[in-house]
Amino acid sequence: MIRSLWISKTGLDAQQTQLDVISNNLANVSTNGFKRSRAVFEDLLYQTIRQPGAASSQQSTLPAGLQVGTGVKPVATARLFTQGNLQQTGNSFDLAVSGQGFFQVQMPDGTTGYTRDGSFHVDANGNLVTSNGYPLTPAITIPATAQSVTIAADGTVSVVNAGSATPANVGSIQLVTFMNPAGLQALGQNTYLETAASGTANGGTPGTNGRGTLQQGYVETSNVNVVEELVSMIQTQRAYEINSKAIQTSDQMLQKLNQI
Amino acid sequence: MDRVVWVAMTGAKHLMHRQEVLANNLANAATTGFRADLESMRAVPTTGPAGATRTYAVESTPASDFTPGAIQRTGSGLDAAIDGPGFFVVTGLDGNEAYTRAGSFARGPEGNLVTHSGLPVIGDGGPITIPENAAVEIGKDGTVSVASPDTPGKPQALGRLKLVNPDTKDLAKGADGLFRTRSGDPAASDEAVKVVGGAVEASNVNVVDTLVGMISLAREYEMQMKLLQETDQNDRQASTKLLGA
Repeated sequence: MIRSLWISKTGLDAQQTQLDVISNNLANVSTNGFKRSRAVFEDLLYQTIRQPGAASSQQSTLPAGLQVGTGVKPVATARLFTQGNLQQTGNSFDLAVSGQGFFQVQMPDGTTGYTRDGSFHVDANGNLVTSNGYPLTPAITIPATAQSVTIAADGTVSVVNAGSATPANVGSIQLVTFMNPAGLQALGQNTYLETAASGTANGGTPGTNGRGTLQQGYVETSNVNVVEELVSMIQTQRAYEINSKAIQTSDQMLQKLNQI
Repeated sequence: MDRVVWVAMTGAKHLMHRQEVLANNLANAATTGFRADLESMRAVPTTGPAGATRTYAVESTPASDFTPGAIQRTGSGLDAAIDGPGFFVVTGLDGNEAYTRAGSFARGPEGNLVTHSGLPVIGDGGPITIPENAAVEIGKDGTVSVASPDTPGKPQALGRLKLVNPDTKDLAKGADGLFRTRSGDPAASDEAVKVVGGAVEASNVNVVDTLVGMISLAREYEMQMKLLQETDQNDRQASTKLLGA
């Protein structure tokens, strides 16, 4: 059948993917620690129907060939790990990373997950856990007698116990960084997994080796820029329209052919 | 059978090829750094003992359109657009240098600068490796610098992207959509190519031109169909009158 129908179909597919990515970004505009994605496109393979330079007769060669591209494909959804806004909450278990780095959490299957969402809670055993109940690693346990909790910029957690004037150190929170954060696999629930593309996790004290610092009483908001997403949405819609126009034209050509 | 049928059929067939080329351009109207394919019909006269009685029309894609596309800000430090003529250099899957205008780069697992399809980006001194945790910036002359955690506030240059500006007449688009020199020799790097960091260049497909081209080819196609119908009727009449069938 006529190739242009399928070429335009790849165009429609690509714009659909683009809109999916935009919708997901917009849906997560108020998700703590969310990092927006961007669909990246590439042209598909080209087919050479007539080779340029082939002999058109014994004396002459073709000055230009006929090369037809086969459309477009989404090649990646690149996640942009730019800093989100730091929003003050006043909750002493809310932590925002200012700079590079992820919190480590233990997933239910025992693997380590990574998150930028620092709105932590204390579970029944006094452990610091994410909103999904995944414990922070290395584990931080807040004693039941604690009256106030202070988390320093370098991750040191100290508590003031009832009846004591001096703060006691109960552990420190670590941040991990990756060679290529964009290569992390998003799991949902604001969690990422390490992959071969991201490189191995490199843990350490916040503030060292380019790691970000912690801000207690703040959360990092989503880095989605609504204006940018809406403009992309308009562009996507128009690109979708022109590709459907191309399908319509190809269809009409076939219709004419059938009328002979 | 009347030979006009074959002339009209070739016209229609090659208009379908043109429709494919235009549909591909439209499908890539949002592809970063995409260069539209130009198309043109060529006249191919028949030669032989019967003489030049007919001329067929054959579609060809002589070159790509190298007019620049709009520069769009993305805010990602790994993105770069070329302002004016010039190309980024990547290593194609065949191991040779290939040229592209798509400056949306990513970091490989070892920190090397790659395209989103994983092809290494070439700097003046070979591939460019970016240290961990570094905020990357690409300067006006293609210099890749990072604000390293060890030296805060003092960005360090890692290398310079190899930028070339060969004559676009010598460039041909390969099956992978990357450009290569027709001779196969690598192009010399050009200091004058200007780069805009934190932005990418949009596709240069002119949607209006392409859609108008599509309307016009659809009408030309109808004309070929009409010719086929006319020839069919002529033949039918001839057989009715001559054979009385």
